[in-house]
Order: sequence, then structure tokens, then C-alpha cells
Amino acid sequence: MQSIGDSLDLAFALVLSGDADLLEIVLLSLRVSLTATLIACLIGLPIGAFVAIGRFRGRNAVLIVMNALMGLPPVVVGLLVYLHFSRSGPLGFLGLLYTPTAMIVAQTILIAPIIAALSRQVLEDLHVEYAEQFRSLCLTRLQTVQALLWDARYSLLTVGLAGFGRAVAEVGAVIVVGGNIDHLTRVMTTAIALETSKGDLALALALGIILLVIALGVNAAVQSVRMSAARHAYV
Amino acid sequence: MSDVMTMPSAQVSSRAPNTPIMPLAVRDLTLRFSETTVLDGLNLDLGPTGCTMIMGPNGAGKSLLLKLLHGLMQPSAGRIDWSGCTPAQVTARQALVFQKPVLLRRSVAANLDFVLKARGKSKARRDPLLEHIGLAHKADQPARLLSGGEAQRLALARALATDPDILFLDEPTASLDPASVLAIEKIVADAQAGGVRIIFVTHDVGQARRLADDVVFLHRGRVAEHSPAVNFFPEPQSDAARDYLNGRIVV
Repeated sequence: MQSIGDSLDLAFALVLSGDADLLEIVLLSLRVSLTATLIACLIGLPIGAFVAIGRFRGRNAVLIVMNALMGLPPVVVGLLVYLHFSRSGPLGFLGLLYTPTAMIVAQTILIAPIIAALSRQVLEDLHVEYAEQFRSLCLTRLQTVQALLWDARYSLLTVGLAGFGRAVAEVGAVIVVGGNIDHLTRVMTTAIALETSKGDLALALALGIILLVIALGVNAAVQSVRMSAARHAYV
Repeated sequence: MSDVMTMPSAQVSSRAPNTPIMPLAVRDLTLRFSETTVLDGLNLDLGPTGCTMIMGPNGAGKSLLLKLLHGLMQPSAGRIDWSGCTPAQVTARQALVFQKPVLLRRSVAANLDFVLKARGKSKARRDPLLEHIGLAHKADQPARLLSGGEAQRLALARALATDPDILFLDEPTASLDPASVLAIEKIVADAQAGGVRIIFVTHDVGQARRLADDVVFLHRGRVAEHSPAVNFFPEPQSDAARDYLNGRIVV
């Protein structure tokens, strides 16, 4: 079995060689996962905010469902999206199966509950602090949500990061709906799965190391933004 | 603090003409939390102008009374009548400054912009307000890094930005240094001169003497005494108020 040292060497060699295939895979991974994170934030943040400030019948049940959906199995999500986008499925006419769009849809479904549930907790904590002042100012519900989302923006970056981390690291959903087609739907995780199954463990591990470095870089960038915000007491 | 109050209050307050919500009549106001009765059949009448100081020992119900009057809480029983309106109907015409200012995680200027926008007021009023409270030079600084006195002045400016008819203040100068206390009092006095009705909770007897037109003394959830300030301080009528003013422990 090849050592981790060999894989590190290979990873460096791959990166330094400027391999076009590798770049394509990395960029597609980032494109799919960042787009899914963005769409999941657009869906999840308002839901999280309205549940955070809302007091309605069945709220506890909603919280349980939101929290439970955080643990959606990627393969199951992939299968559901597959069934909808397959030729005989209700959305088959769109012809999206085995395209990056289908992968984005699957990842969005996977991480929107994570964004909603985690942002709900962040925003509810902030709302406890602001609620009385906001009621005194007679803010509407929409104004309250907007203010909470803005004031929690740096904490919500971490929530977005959690969603991105889940998206970029998952393989089950994207391999089912994307099919791991070279130059079309191959992303880091599906490429790693493929190389592992082919027995090229060094290449698989090298791709894994590159994936880890990308995740580390995104985390470091967000952390530096948060630290800058903390210095201004905006966190 | 010399830069505080450099502009006339008339420019700061641009109150829209509206039907008066004073005088205020409170009848048999009761507030209970499970087995604890905090306000116990409280009765109170307040006139249309001036500065009313609400005093009393801890636990007398002063802060809760403000929240009830402002419509932030519902009483267990009794009636609050703002000249024919319920508290909830007039909340928007009042402002409350809390003991601990809750400032948004934004700049000083953005804190005022937020309220002005939310209440449909002109953003042009922000700079005069900042001048008024002596924080123009800190407009771009993070609000939550202000000192206690500065933060409370910003909270006060935010309250005044809503052009309230009634300004409630819940111990806004507790734990502030004397200079900050005087700066706050100056802003409050100017607001009053501009026609804002002031209802002010304080433990500070000196402050009450400086600002009060009348004093409501609460004790055990009731009004133990309500007198003009000129009578209250030299000759308190209730035992509880007399003991309080003489520095004896009142529970």
C-alpha cells in the first residue's frame, strides 16, 4: 500500500503540474457546492429567521423536523432527486439528470435544512437580546427578520460554512444524480470514489488532500472575516 | 461633555401633530407571576406635561410598570387608559430607554439610520441627532464599543429619533459616572423642553430632585405616594418614602 508521503508528493505534483483535468474537477466541485450553499442560504435563512421569532402552534414539531432533516442521508436525497429528474419522473422533461444542475439541486436539498436549523438557533439567541427593544420600536415582523439576519451576519457565515462543508464533502447524492461523468459531472468526491475503486489509492488520497486544503482555505477565509468582525464587536 | 447639546431641541424633535394621549389613568393595575403579585391594584393619574419620576425600592414594580404602560406586557388585571387608547395602541407614540442599552451590531450612525428608516423618518436627521448627543465624531465607530455613557446617549438619541410623545426612561443612568449622568439629564431636559412627556424611573434621589416635576413613590406594588416634587422631597407623606429618602432600608 502506498504511503501518505507518496500521496502528498503526488498531490503536490498534481497541483504544480497545473493539470487541466484536475482544475476542471476542482472548479466544478466549488461551483456546485458554492451554488448549492448560496441557494440553501436563500431558502434556509428566512425559514430559520421566521421560526426563530415566531410563536405558533406546532412550533416544537417544526423544530423537531428541522433538526431531524439535518441528518438526511445523501444517498436517499440523491435517489429522490433521481426519481424526479429521471425520464419517467415528474420533472424528467427538464432533462437535468446527470448534469451539474441536478447535483446542485440535490446538495441544496441536503443542506438547506442544516442552514435553516442552525440559523434558527443563532437568530433565536440574538432575538432574545433584541426582542423587547424591537417591540418598543414597533418593528414589523419583516423588519425584525431583516435586522436579525443582518446583525447575525458573521455568525451566519459559520452556518453557511457548515452547509458548504457538508456539500463539498458529500458523495452519495452527487454520484447518483450526476453519474460521475468525466468532463461533465465529475467532482472531487466522485473522482476520489472512482480512483479508490480502481485501486489507485495514491491518486485518490492526493485528491483527498487537495479537497482538505480547499476546505481548510475556505474555513480560514471565513474565520479571518469573523475575527475582523469580532474586533468591531459585530459578532 | 462640552460638545453635548449644541443644537436647539426644536430642531431635533419634529413631532407630527396628533391627538393627545395624555392624561393617563391607571386603575386597579395588577400583575402576577404565578404566586407572586408584583403590582397590586395600582392606581395612578398623570397629567399632560412635565417630568414624572418613579421611585421606590428594588422589587417595587417600577420597571414592570413602565413596560405595562408602554404596552410591552399585559397586566393580570386592571386598566391603563391613555386618553381613550390602550397601551398597545400608543406604543408607537412612545419610546423606552432601557437600563442596559441594547445596541445593534453596527456603527453608531447605522444604529440611528436603522430606526429612522424603520419609522419612515428622514435620514437627514441622523447627523443633527449625533451632534445633539455629542457623538458625531464617533459616527463610524462600532456602537458596541462605546462607553456606558456614550451607549446610553445613543440609546436616548434612538428613542428621540422616533419623535415620541412620551419618553420612558428605566434607570438610564444607573452605574454611569457623574459627567455621563449630567449629559443624559441634559438631553432629557431638552426633550422635555421640546414637548416630550417624561416618565423616568430612578433610584438616584439627587437626580429626582434635579429633574422631577412630580414623584410617584411605589412600595409593594402600589403607589405609596404621588406628590409634586416641591412637596415630596421636604415633606414625604408616606412612611416608606420618608424612610427611603432618609436612607433607611425599605423592603
